[in-house]
Amino acid sequence: MHSNQHDSYETRIAGTTRALAAWTGFWVATCAILAFGPKFVWDENTGVTLAVVLLNVLVGAGMVVANKKHIVSLDEMHKRITLESMGITLGVGLIVSIPYSLMDAYDLIAFDADIAHLVVVMGLTYLISTIWRVWSFR
Amino acid sequence: MKNRLKVLRAERDWTQAQLAEALQVSRQTVNAIEKGKFDPSLPLAFRAARLFSLSIEQIFSDDDTAPLNDHETG
Repeated sequence: MHSNQHDSYETRIAGTTRALAAWTGFWVATCAILAFGPKFVWDENTGVTLAVVLLNVLVGAGMVVANKKHIVSLDEMHKRITLESMGITLGVGLIVSIPYSLMDAYDLIAFDADIAHLVVVMGLTYLISTIWRVWSFR
Repeated sequence: MKNRLKVLRAERDWTQAQLAEALQVSRQTVNAIEKGKFDPSLPLAFRAARLFSLSIEQIFSDDDTAPLNDHETG
């Protein structure tokens, strides 16, 4: 009953997960360099900053490709969990971001609306949705 | 949808992990299908049918009808 001609599902997933983790780590590193480099490393040299912006975008594209390959490698139940979580995250991101931005525009909040807050909301939404859906299929 | 996956697996003394490997899915997916919490796609149902040398109807059925037993199909 064992299929020797193909890698097992677990082996395949482990490979795409490692690749995704590596690309994500690399992307986060370029984000950190971009956030702190101009002020603390290269004294706001425009050329260097633009080069790092380009690197950040290129690595981000690599992360997107790695994520796509990871999703393709998932089995059908995990694809469904991922799709549902991504859908919920997209919806929450949309319905939170517009009022949040407007609240800042009309000074209804005491601080500036920061894109990082939206990233945190979307990250937590994706995490909670995934845990909820995995739990519901147990 | 109901299915006889757990029974068929037990008859062959396979673990969920072994069945998952044979079907190229995760153990969690096999568990969810066995518990009726996740309905497999047609390609996955065909893979299961080929693995057990049965027809899809002998393994899976909708909620109103029981899956056919081996002897019922001769």
